[in-house]
Amino acid sequence: MEKSTLFVDDEKLLKDKGYDDHFHEHHHDEDPYQSNFITKYIFSMDHKMIAKQFLLTGMFWAIIGAAMSVIFRLQLGFPAESLTWLKPLLGKWIVVNSQGVGHLSTEFYYAMVTMHGTIIVFFVLTAGLSGTFSNLLIPLQIGARDMASPLLNMMSYWFFFLASVVMFISLFVSTGPFSGGWVAYPPLSALPQAMSGSGTGMTLWLISLTLFVVSVLLGGLNYVTTVLNLRTKGMSMWRLPLTIWSFFITAIIGLLSFPVLVAGFLLLMADRSLGTSFYLSEIFINGHALDNVGGSPVLYQHLFWFLGHPEVYIIILPAMGIVSEVMSTHARKPIFGYKAMVISIASIAFLSFLVWAHHMFVSGMNPFIANFFTIFTLIIAVPSAVKVFNWISTLYKGNLTLNTPMLFAIGFVSMFISGGLTGLYLGNSAIDIQMHDTYFVVAHFHIVMGVAAFFGMFAGVYHWFPKMFGRFMNETLGKIHFWGTMLTAYLIFWPMHYMGLAGVPRRYYKFDVFDTFSQFSELNKFITVMAIIAFFVQLVFVTNFFHSMFFGKKVRSKNPWKSTTLEWTTPILPGHGNWPGKLPTVQRWAYDYGKDGFDFIPQIQPKLDGETSAVH
Amino acid sequence: MTRVMTDIHGQNMERRSRIHPHKLALWIGLASIMMMFVALTSAYLVKKGGGEWLDFEVPQIFYFNAFVLIFSSVLLQASYVGFKRGHEKTYKYGLAGAFVLGIVFVILQYKGWQALYDLGIYLSGNPSGSFLYIISGLHALHVIGGIVALLVALIFAFRLRFVPTKRRRNRFELVIHYWHFMGFLWLYLLIFLFSI
Ligand code: HEM
Ligand SMILES: [Cu+2]
Repeated sequence: MEKSTLFVDDEKLLKDKGYDDHFHEHHHDEDPYQSNFITKYIFSMDHKMIAKQFLLTGMFWAIIGAAMSVIFRLQLGFPAESLTWLKPLLGKWIVVNSQGVGHLSTEFYYAMVTMHGTIIVFFVLTAGLSGTFSNLLIPLQIGARDMASPLLNMMSYWFFFLASVVMFISLFVSTGPFSGGWVAYPPLSALPQAMSGSGTGMTLWLISLTLFVVSVLLGGLNYVTTVLNLRTKGMSMWRLPLTIWSFFITAIIGLLSFPVLVAGFLLLMADRSLGTSFYLSEIFINGHALDNVGGSPVLYQHLFWFLGHPEVYIIILPAMGIVSEVMSTHARKPIFGYKAMVISIASIAFLSFLVWAHHMFVSGMNPFIANFFTIFTLIIAVPSAVKVFNWISTLYKGNLTLNTPMLFAIGFVSMFISGGLTGLYLGNSAIDIQMHDTYFVVAHFHIVMGVAAFFGMFAGVYHWFPKMFGRFMNETLGKIHFWGTMLTAYLIFWPMHYMGLAGVPRRYYKFDVFDTFSQFSELNKFITVMAIIAFFVQLVFVTNFFHSMFFGKKVRSKNPWKSTTLEWTTPILPGHGNWPGKLPTVQRWAYDYGKDGFDFIPQIQPKLDGETSAVH
Repeated sequence: MTRVMTDIHGQNMERRSRIHPHKLALWIGLASIMMMFVALTSAYLVKKGGGEWLDFEVPQIFYFNAFVLIFSSVLLQASYVGFKRGHEKTYKYGLAGAFVLGIVFVILQYKGWQALYDLGIYLSGNPSGSFLYIISGLHALHVIGGIVALLVALIFAFRLRFVPTKRRRNRFELVIHYWHFMGFLWLYLLIFLFSI
């Protein structure tokens, strides 16, 4: 059936139906938010500017984190080749032997692996993803002028910035950055003398991540209060776009789980500098026995993973929200099973607190307790499957526009399925005894979390770039970016499953002393080459991003994607306060696409003559 | 605007009176703090179950101190009632009493640590003792934060003219909720310390 386009005079609707909060009466000419360069671009309290700050900082870290992976992949893929050409960049971390062949020093290899994980997990996929889009979209999509506390919001960014500065400094200390893995298990993290990165590098790592937690908590506090308190008239919880639901629940998970990490860190700091033995017992180091007794490193693992598992959902839920929104818009169909989506997000969030020990099946835990965690882990697959089913049903018979944001949204679903399925293997404690700490795990979490969350982020950036900068990103470059990433991501991580099944352990510097693994040396080369290509494909994105910011095609109408949500009723480049006059009021849910023969009906549109009764 | 706005379902669209955003933020913050302590006490239990655990008698002063904090909370509540009813004296002196008892609590906690030390339980010894120091220390830090808040409230109370406006009441309530939470938290922690 041919859909007709509803003529929506949103200016008139805003004027007639809008809610007058007397915004301009208390904001005269000297708008305190935009008065000069410093308050506008640097110490900004405007949520849209803060969102851009999170995004740019996240991109900066993404490039560094990705470059690190290329460096350690070079060593892994080509152990016999000389890396002396990297000496100008890496200096003493390239060790040149008597034949003039240079290798990455082993400490530095571990430092790179550790920093890569830390940076991507926390700085890119938590701050860069949730920070960017929660800030940008929460006020715009719920019809608020700004966050509940713009000041806390600004501080949230600056704590992240401080955390970034400290971590960045740690890359340059002479003993090297921390090198005991992103999970920072003791005793490597607890004993400054354990390895060279465990000294100053680890101290800085701890300081940085503590600052980071402060940033997450301040941000989360704000997101939750804003969603609960500042929704415009008519925006009941059941009318929120799924983006907002996911940011909201993500913030709650963060507020409940990050403090647990802080508790773990506190005890770790005490072990490092106050001589306590929370995590240490009967340790020999350099031939000497330490006098710490009574502690247990497994205790740290519990505290870490009690955050760590929810953290992976803190990363993926915002991506899921973005994908739902982008997919519904570009499929011109209501999202399938809206309520089921919300309930799945909530139950995933709840269950994510009950499964942490599936990361610890081989830590010597009681097998009966392991059963408990296996069961809850497998139950998480149910709401996850519901979501996948709903995305596919949304696509089914949709009127798909396969532009870049949509491609990334579909790519997300593909990645989430592939990686989720391997999670089911790992969730079985009996199988995990074989798989734990192999490349199978590396493949699992890179596909389901790493690549999928990046895809969600890319979908969001391509989709909301017009709202951020008033210009479009280039479609051709976008498609090159998508197909390049999709292909290389699978080519990098798919083969790792086979290596993992064969028992190849993760985090090893080289495998040439193991005869069994020599069969994989060609595969390792291949993976490295793909990783390098993937890296360059991302540079296409970065170029596209900055070029489009200044020279992209200009947005000419307020609602370029013909979307229903409120952010598209603001001016093309909204100023402070988002709506120049009255606030919009909400008359319906966010997904009236293709209803009653209309292509879309925006949330501000009151009931039309002859409209069938609304769903929400 | 007098006409009540309705949406396509005829639902009332006026903003519902929602909980004050600052209070909501405070409660969420308290939930976060609670999680941190829950993590520590869980770690405590797990470690205790794991063996190599040194049992010792927890100094009485830690229990006694709970009463100090509770009494402080009672005075603060009285001060709040005074504030609402317009009894300026109850308001001011209740608040002052709560503040003083808060300081007494911290001093007595310090005495408690000294008593521990005299028993030969050191921070760097068996984790059973280390936990006690770290948990009570962290709690004391949060109490000190509350004392600073009480101090600000006190300055307001004695420097400003006594006009119980809604704004001041809201602000006062923030301090009160935080302070009651500190008392509750210490009781919660004692349950674990009791069982050393
Ligand atoms: C059906 C759902 C899933 C199940 C059953 C599952 C199960 C597991 C299990 C059992 C492990 C531990 C493997 C080991 O170390 O031996 C694991 C690791 C991991 N999973 Fe999942 N997972 C699922 C989905 C996800 C999702 C959605 C994410 C993130 C968005 C994720 C991120 C991770 C990460 C980061 C690790 C590895 C952490 C590390 O050791 O460095 N998983 N998963
Ligand atoms: Cu997990």
